[in-house]
This record gives sequence, structure tokens and C-alpha cells, in this order.
Amino acid sequence: MSKMITMRDPRDAFSQALLELGEENPDVIVFTADIATSTKTSLFAEKYPERFFDFGIAEQNMISTAAGAASCGKIPFVATLAVFACERVCNQITISVAYPRLNVKIVGTHGGVSVGKDGATHQSISDISIMRSIPNVMVIAPCDWVETRKSVKAAADYVGPVYVRLGREPVPVIFDDSYRFEIGEAVTLRDGHDVTIIANGLMVHEALKAHEKLLKEDIRARIIDLHTVKPIDERAIEEAARQTGAIVSAEEHTILGGVGGAVAEVVVEKYPVPMMRVGLRDTFGESGEPFELLRKFGLVDADIIEAARRIIKLKKR
Amino acid sequence: MRTQMVDEETVIKLERKAKTIRRHVIEMLCRSKSGHPGGSLSAVEILTVLYFYKMNIDPQKPDWPDRDRLVLSKGHAAPALYAVLAERGYFPVNELTSHRQINSRLQGHPALNYTPGVDMSTGSLGQGLSAANGMAIAGRLDGKPYRVYVVIGDGESQSGQIWEAAMAAAHYKLDNLTAILDYNKLQIDGPVEKVMGIEPIFEKWKSFNWNVLEVDGHDIRALMEAVDEALRFKGAPTIIIADTIKGRGVSFMERAVEYHAKPLSDEECRRALKELN
Repeated sequence: MSKMITMRDPRDAFSQALLELGEENPDVIVFTADIATSTKTSLFAEKYPERFFDFGIAEQNMISTAAGAASCGKIPFVATLAVFACERVCNQITISVAYPRLNVKIVGTHGGVSVGKDGATHQSISDISIMRSIPNVMVIAPCDWVETRKSVKAAADYVGPVYVRLGREPVPVIFDDSYRFEIGEAVTLRDGHDVTIIANGLMVHEALKAHEKLLKEDIRARIIDLHTVKPIDERAIEEAARQTGAIVSAEEHTILGGVGGAVAEVVVEKYPVPMMRVGLRDTFGESGEPFELLRKFGLVDADIIEAARRIIKLKKR
Repeated sequence: MRTQMVDEETVIKLERKAKTIRRHVIEMLCRSKSGHPGGSLSAVEILTVLYFYKMNIDPQKPDWPDRDRLVLSKGHAAPALYAVLAERGYFPVNELTSHRQINSRLQGHPALNYTPGVDMSTGSLGQGLSAANGMAIAGRLDGKPYRVYVVIGDGESQSGQIWEAAMAAAHYKLDNLTAILDYNKLQIDGPVEKVMGIEPIFEKWKSFNWNVLEVDGHDIRALMEAVDEALRFKGAPTIIIADTIKGRGVSFMERAVEYHAKPLSDEECRRALKELN
């Protein structure tokens, strides 16, 4: 079954969601750090200029300022590149936002190597690991335009710190508007009993491509979209381990402590089965075209297929 | 806007209150055998004037949305803040003995959600001025009349984020914000000017487009007049540079570097409390 693939930039979905939120809730305010165009917060800025604040290239100040505003009832959406929204401001997020559990929504765009030619300094490879290790922070990495829009709206409804990771490239639309997004509820996109592939972000589409190709080898892979890394859907993971006996995780992120780590923690404690992690193998990114980089760093369907084949061999029948 | 004259009777009352606060600080630190005496004692008059003279607050309603806020950016002065909050009625004075104990509402550094009257979690230096800016922005967006106060330290002023926040406050013309620098000129490793000099500090704030006032940080009357005067400035935030003495009020602690975070011995406690009697 091949349907026409529509490519849409998830940042546009974020922008759209912000406009909707701006209309629905006067307490939603938006902060950025000299990056309104790339984060697509500029549309909100045009429509609601009094609720938009640029803090210039001073992210630490921006994060703690959002905390202060949240303590007075505002719902700040703070958007910049993931490297600056996370790695650069770890202590501010931890102490100003997470420790007092303030209602700040941090949106890190340009996650992963598909950022492309700007290279390693602008490609976040550790944000998921870092953010999920901070108590009280919810971590979401939506996979397409629809999921992005819905998860940003859901983040606004939830009371507490949230980190949303977006890519930069247009990605295939997977869901339609009938999709019911629930924080913390993983989505089984394809069923199967030979192996489970758990992915998020743009790796979900790669996983779906892998699913198609694996069918030709008579391997039926369950595909799970793990949009919420924290709180993680333990039930779905345990069920997948129990019912398929082998797991492959896939993320545009280091294999150390992100989706792979999070899933492995559940599998080892709840229902140990063989598992392999597809992702960046503890290396920085570099400059290149997005698709070249994904291929170079082992982040395409072929890598998921290879991992699936190998892990199935390790299964106890 | 308060326009009352600073009267002598109030000054005397507040001076007495400050002494009581100091006693509480020493008692707390002696009990917990841990904490920051020097920087707590230097902030006493500042906090006393704010909570007992200036701030529009209601201890019965610590979450009152229209209240004035205070961020103790130099969070290690928590003992002084807790003593002030207790005396002001946010929680019982006898709860001060629980400071830094396990399961206590009085954490080592101010913690939002733990302590009635604490408006922001602080302790990791350099973040409180930013948080105060955020409160000031929120207040202005909501058209509310509340004022935001923030106390920063001199060692803390070495932190880049303080200057990011200073830039932003002036850029966004946060004239509902008053910062106070507890300028006691000492930090852990020695005098501030020796470790990493911040002078000329008055000129720095001025060049960041703030209104700058200078006062003796232990002169109650001068502090009262300064916080009143801060309200008059429109279009820019105000900082009050309060010239203070680290360890103020206990003779052997005054201007002594080693009392930044030194646990007090029983003998030191006895001597200190005797002086504060």
C-alpha cells in the first residue's frame, strides 16, 4: 500500500499551534533568542507582538525569565535550536524550571544531524538523554506535522515543564487529523510479532519504510511511535517485548541514554529480551546534506532492517 | 504607590526587628550546624525594610496574585529570608529550628513549593535576576500594579547571566523591578576585588541603562528612602547598591572571609547570641 507522501516542515506545525494557542489562551507567551525565523515563532510575533519577547543571544537569561513569568501564571513557550534550548542551559532548566516545577514549555528545533550544513555545533545529539534525566520534565519528540501540532497543544494543556524536540527538515506526514494524540501513550503504527521497532521523530518514517521491506523477507515488524520519551509507555514496551521477543530502537540522537536507553531500561526491568539501538554511535554530526548525513551516520531504513535481522537471530525461540 | 514619610518611630521599630532577625539567623545556623552566616547577616536590614516597610504582601495569602514579589537571587542568605518570613507571619517562628533538617519546609536554599512566602527557587547563583524579570514582565502583561524585588550578591555579579538579565531588564524597560545589591565585598575565596573584580560597579549598572542608587545597607532610614525613591523612576529598572558588611552584627564575623559558610562552634554561638541580646 503506497500512498502519496506529503512532506511538511514540523516547525510550521509548531507555528500553527502557537497561533491557535495565542487565540485560545491569553496567558500563552512566546520567547526566543534571536531565532524567530528559524523557529517559526515569527508568525506569533506578528499577530501578538505584546506577548512575544526576543531575548537576543542570551539563552540562560531567557530560560530563567520564562520561569519567573510562569510563576506568575503565564505559559511561556521558549523556542530556539535544541543545542541552545538544552545543552547550553542545563542548570537553568534544572534549577529555575524543573526543581520548582514551573509551567515552562521548551521547544528545541533543529534536533539531530538532519540540520545539515551548519554542522555539529548546531546539531543536537544529546538533548533527549539530558532532558529525560532531569526530574519533572516531560519529553516529547513528535514524528510529523500532525503529531507536532497536537503535541504542542497537549503540552500547553499539561501543567508543568515540557520539552518538545523538533527537527528542521520537512518530513512525511504520517497521521491525519483524526489522530488522537495522548501524552505518554505510544502509538502502534503497524502490528507484527517477529520484532518491534521503537522510534520517534523522523526515524518513525524510516521505521515504516523498514517495515515494508522486512515484509518481503517474511519478517513482520511491529512499529511503535514513542513520541513521549518521558513519561515512557512502559506497558506498550513490555507488551512488545513479551509478544515479539526482540526490540530495535531508532532515533536521530546518540544511542547513549535517549530512546534506546529509555526503552532498554524498561525492557531490562520488565521483560528482558535482546535489543539493539540504531542511532548516532557516540559521535558528533558534521556538515552535509540531511539525507547524506542520515545515511552516513546509520540513521536510515537500511540500518533499521540490518538491526532487525541481527536481533531476530538472537531471539530465544 | 506609597508616599508616606519615613518617620523616626518606624525606623526604630525596624532596627529592633533587624536585631531580632539576626538572633534568629544565628540560632538557626547554630541549630543546623550548617549554612551561610556572613551573607545572611549582611542582608538583614535589606530584607527587614522590604518585608516590614515596603512590600505589599499578605502573609495569610502567600499566593495572592497581586502581591509584591521578592527573589533572593543570592539564595544562600536563606536564613535571613526565613527569619523575616517567620517574623512577618508566613509560618511559626518556632519552625525556624527545622532549617536544613530532613523533611523540612525550610530547605538549605529557598525552594518554591516548600516554603510559604518564597516566590522562587534560588541557590544556583546568577539566575534570580532573570526570574525577577519574568515576574515583572508577567505583571505588566496583566496590567497589575505589583512590584518585583530581587536581592543579588557581589560574587554573584561575576556571573554572566546577571548581565544578560540586566541588559534585558533595561531593554524591556522593567520599571516595576527594583534590584538590591548586597555589596559586602567578600566571597568564599577572599575579597571580591581580589578574586574577580567587579568594580566599577556603579558605572556598570549605569552603563546598562539602569537607575542606580547607593546607600549604606545597614541604615534602615536610608534603605526606606531608597526603596521609596525607586518607585519614582519610570522607563527603566532601578538598582540600589547597598554598601554592607559581611557578618554584620556579630563582632568577630564582621568583614571575616571565613564566615561565608562556616558551621559555628558552640563557643561562637554563645558569643554571637550574647552580642545580639
